[in-house]
Amino acid sequence: MSAIQILFWFLSGLALVSAIMVLISKNPVHSVLWLVMVFFAISGHYILMNAQFLAIVNLIVYAGAIMVLFLFVIMLMNLDKTSDPQKNWWMKLAGVISGGCLLMEMATLVRQAAEMKEKTVMMKEGSIGLIGNLGKLLFSDYVVPFEISSVLFLSAMVGAVVIGKKN
Amino acid sequence: MFSLEGITNTVHEWLNNHFSPTLALLTEFVLVGVAAIALFALLGLGLVWMERKVAAVMQIRLGPNRVGPKGIFQTTADTLKLIMKEGLTPDGADKFLFNLAPYIVMIVAMLILAPIAFAKNFQIWDINIGVLYLSAVSSLSVIGVLMAGWASNNKYSLLGAMRSGAQIVSYELSAGLSVISIVVMTGSLSINDIILSQQNGWWIFKGHIPAFISFVIFIIAVTAETNRAPFDLAEAESELTAGFHTEYSGMKFALFFLAEYINIFIVCAIGATLFFGGWMPLHIGHWEGFNHVMDYIPSSIWFFGKTIGLIFLIMWFRWTFPRLRIDQLLNLEWKYLLPISMFNLILMTIVAIMGWHF
Repeated sequence: MSAIQILFWFLSGLALVSAIMVLISKNPVHSVLWLVMVFFAISGHYILMNAQFLAIVNLIVYAGAIMVLFLFVIMLMNLDKTSDPQKNWWMKLAGVISGGCLLMEMATLVRQAAEMKEKTVMMKEGSIGLIGNLGKLLFSDYVVPFEISSVLFLSAMVGAVVIGKKN
Repeated sequence: MFSLEGITNTVHEWLNNHFSPTLALLTEFVLVGVAAIALFALLGLGLVWMERKVAAVMQIRLGPNRVGPKGIFQTTADTLKLIMKEGLTPDGADKFLFNLAPYIVMIVAMLILAPIAFAKNFQIWDINIGVLYLSAVSSLSVIGVLMAGWASNNKYSLLGAMRSGAQIVSYELSAGLSVISIVVMTGSLSINDIILSQQNGWWIFKGHIPAFISFVIFIIAVTAETNRAPFDLAEAESELTAGFHTEYSGMKFALFFLAEYINIFIVCAIGATLFFGGWMPLHIGHWEGFNHVMDYIPSSIWFFGKTIGLIFLIMWFRWTFPRLRIDQLLNLEWKYLLPISMFNLILMTIVAIMGWHF
């Protein structure tokens, strides 16, 4: 096994274990911290694929900003086992159904992906993930979706200001 | 002439002549790690001593002067004392996170070291998006702080961590924008390219007034990001005892303390790299003779000189301005610094497009 393969298996294992730990941790703060680990592992995968910009943005946006917000909210609410609200049976049922749908979808995707067998992703080469190429694509081919998503952020900001206003 | 590049080249050649390439590479990894830890220890000891001496000068007193000449071994003695002390873990604390948090803070501080150029061709990792890497990794230190504050199971710690988190997340915006204004001028995110673009003058001179404004914003924002006075609300003694590290003692406390000083060094190194040319000597336009004389001073001395100058500036702040209140702190960022830095970024872009800089 080459160094890249070892790294790949290590990062994949880390991502899977952390993702499982997100689900089975009793404490919400631990869940969030495990989720941060998942993002780190995924960033590692991006770096293996020579998409350094994506890796860094993943860290800034998810691990740095969104997870800190999550931590803030959860720590301030001070959730623990005792204050966990009792869930209704129909909520559990809804959870099972939606989870089952997701599982089925993923199983179908894996079955459809037969042609991807024995193929590996380009490692350490390819320049599509580098910042220059990404910027050119964003501002030429994908300029309309890019601008529309910025309008989405603007509306979210306006909403936050309206909610935050006292009267 | 002395240069760090020469030392690394000699070591690299010697290792490759005597061992197989893989073994040589592994040895180099270990050497880099040891060098980084040694730098951390030296910086911690040196900067704490410097802080105490600067504070003493500002307050017209002597400062530490008993242990060693000019009290230079005072911090070594303090560190020894901290190592001897018992590392207490409170009963109600989340044991694992409580003990993990100081190491997370230290590891994050170590990771930021990677793309910093300490001298000419003396850099751990020349990543092509170095500046983004710096801001990404420095935004992670807040996770360690929040972890420490929450795991301590103490009101003061939690409040301190929350304040620190709010402060770091908000001041990161204007620090990032002022960094981007230099990136606009250079057209590259690589630290090496940014330094090379300052061959004929540092950006703070070449970029006219917008560069100076973004430098001022940068230095304010990083002072807040490192939780230094006058923005040290996270550990405001009069309100929160010691903030997020109230419950820490012994070596774990020392790690937080060390991380604070390492972070100061790192942000000052970034400031020196972006605005003062990093290891680039003081060059003035086409004055060939003057530039050659300046080239004789080793690049590492230029880098550390500039960085320590900026560190002195940040220490000077501490004894000049009174501490802000939390609402004043957030107002300063969101109502003044952020709009100014956005406007400044537009100004900088105009300067860069029209080619008005030298």
